[in-house]
Amino acid sequence: MTQNIVEIDNLSFGYKNRTLHKGISMSFPRGKVVAIMGGSGSGKTTLLRLIGGQFKPSAGEVRVDGQVVHQQNREGIYKLRRRMGMLFQQGALFTDLSVYDNVAFPMRELTDLPESMIHDLVLMKLNAVGLRGAHSLMPTELSGGMARRVALARAIALDPDIMMYDEPFAGLDPISMAVICDLIRTLNDALGITSIVVTHDVEETFSFADYIYFVADGVVAAEGRPEDLRQSTLPFIHQFVHGEKDGPVPFHYPAADYKLDLLG
Amino acid sequence: MIRSKILIRLVRSLSKLGSDFIDKVWRLGAGARLFGLMLISSGESFRRFRLVVREVYFTGVMSLVIISVSAFFVGMVLALQGYNTLQKYGSSEAIGVLVALALVRELGPVVTALLFAGRAGTAITAEIGLMKATEQLAAMEMMAVSPISRVIAPRFWAGVIALPILAALFSMIGILGGYLVAVPLIGVDSGAFWSQMQANVDWQFDIVNGVIKSIVFGVACTIIALFEGYDAPPTAEGVSRATTRTVVTSSLVVLALDFVLTSFMIV
Ligand SMILES: Nc1ncnc2c1ncn2[C@@H]1O[C@H](COP(=O)(O)OP(=O)(O)O)[C@@H](O)[C@H]1O
Ligand SMILES: [Mg+2]
Repeated sequence: MTQNIVEIDNLSFGYKNRTLHKGISMSFPRGKVVAIMGGSGSGKTTLLRLIGGQFKPSAGEVRVDGQVVHQQNREGIYKLRRRMGMLFQQGALFTDLSVYDNVAFPMRELTDLPESMIHDLVLMKLNAVGLRGAHSLMPTELSGGMARRVALARAIALDPDIMMYDEPFAGLDPISMAVICDLIRTLNDALGITSIVVTHDVEETFSFADYIYFVADGVVAAEGRPEDLRQSTLPFIHQFVHGEKDGPVPFHYPAADYKLDLLG
Repeated sequence: MIRSKILIRLVRSLSKLGSDFIDKVWRLGAGARLFGLMLISSGESFRRFRLVVREVYFTGVMSLVIISVSAFFVGMVLALQGYNTLQKYGSSEAIGVLVALALVRELGPVVTALLFAGRAGTAITAEIGLMKATEQLAAMEMMAVSPISRVIAPRFWAGVIALPILAALFSMIGILGGYLVAVPLIGVDSGAFWSQMQANVDWQFDIVNGVIKSIVFGVACTIIALFEGYDAPPTAEGVSRATTRTVVTSSLVVLALDFVLTSFMIV
């Protein structure tokens, strides 16, 4: 049993001809909450999908529990994915199924459990996120925060070892945000799950993560424990943590000289 | 100076033509690949046939009203037009055959397929495209459930089953419409109407061929709708464009296939 349940080793990846990741290395120790931070479009979602084996890296590798993901065949990748849960940015609830059926979906598709046992499990999972009473609603009837919690219940339906969260706080009100934040920590500690959280909410992340990676320009720009990063004098970290609009990440998209542009 | 500008424009339009062509070929290949993958992973659709039944219900019910109403009017118009010409030759009793043959051989399968593309096909494209845009397909994939066998395949078989049924319904309702115009309205003899039809509509050459056509159209319309949705850029604009393309492509393909199939069936 390796100490790190997920290891990313010198990973490079790009869509079509644009490279997105240029040699990223990260490790995710068992039972910890690790956050990945970075600007929009820096390839964070793609990184999660690489861990799930949805794309093949152009160099380097991702190892889950010691197994190289992209060397597995389809069966092997599916087997690994059964140990992962992922909370998608928009929840990704199946719109034609009720809350109950959404949570039951992975159980019905991937196990041979009898319907009576599925019933109990679904209600338990929904209870864990505080939405047992909402089991008969349709996804369209839920608020953003509730949808995210139902998606969370669905993601933990089969008791994964690894939970991946893609911007779990995006677009939520402060109360829902605190609820989700709490749930992530509780699930992590109570169920012994390893959590990978992609986010750009500085305050929330610094309050609950055990370790943080900053991604910029396709590389890991900084990493460390929250208390260490807070003290960091690295200009990039300073800009990100304090939300300054100009700095190492420039306010202006690269452009020709302003005077020249105006005067022709 | 001007010449070089023209040259540049020429080169640009040529390269645009080339890239459009490559794009079309690429999409054709991607569509064929989806079709192949879908066939391979269809096992689940048959093991859990209620997934297919559910989709037959949705696509079928969705198209039922538009198909019944259209069939009724098409049948009535056929009878009016047919009578107008046939009576000049003193054979207005043949009106029943004319209506039935036109419907069973051509209009039933073709018009049903066109309406199906517009009603059910667009709905399928929009549904799949939205599932993609809202990450539902990615979520399924991450749960180790294949969207192709769970979402695409059942819808495909549902379309292939629903279209022939709808086409048969179209022909029946069309004949009813034709009957109402020919017999009560115009006064053609009811016995002649039905007996001529019975005597001249052939099981093999008319009915079976019509059913074959509608099955082929079902395959074409459904796979086009599914592919357009599956391939759509995951944005609102991408999905709306894909929906339009479903109608355009399906209609053209159905009409072209109809010519090809008819030529094989008649020769
Ligand atoms: N399936 C895809 N095909 C092509 N480009 C993509 C795809 N998914 C994402 N991208 C592009 O890759 C970049 C990074 O995307 P993403 O991983 O979603 O970033 P983040 O989650 O950090 O905002 C974006 O510019 C996006 O447009
Ligand atoms: Mg993202």
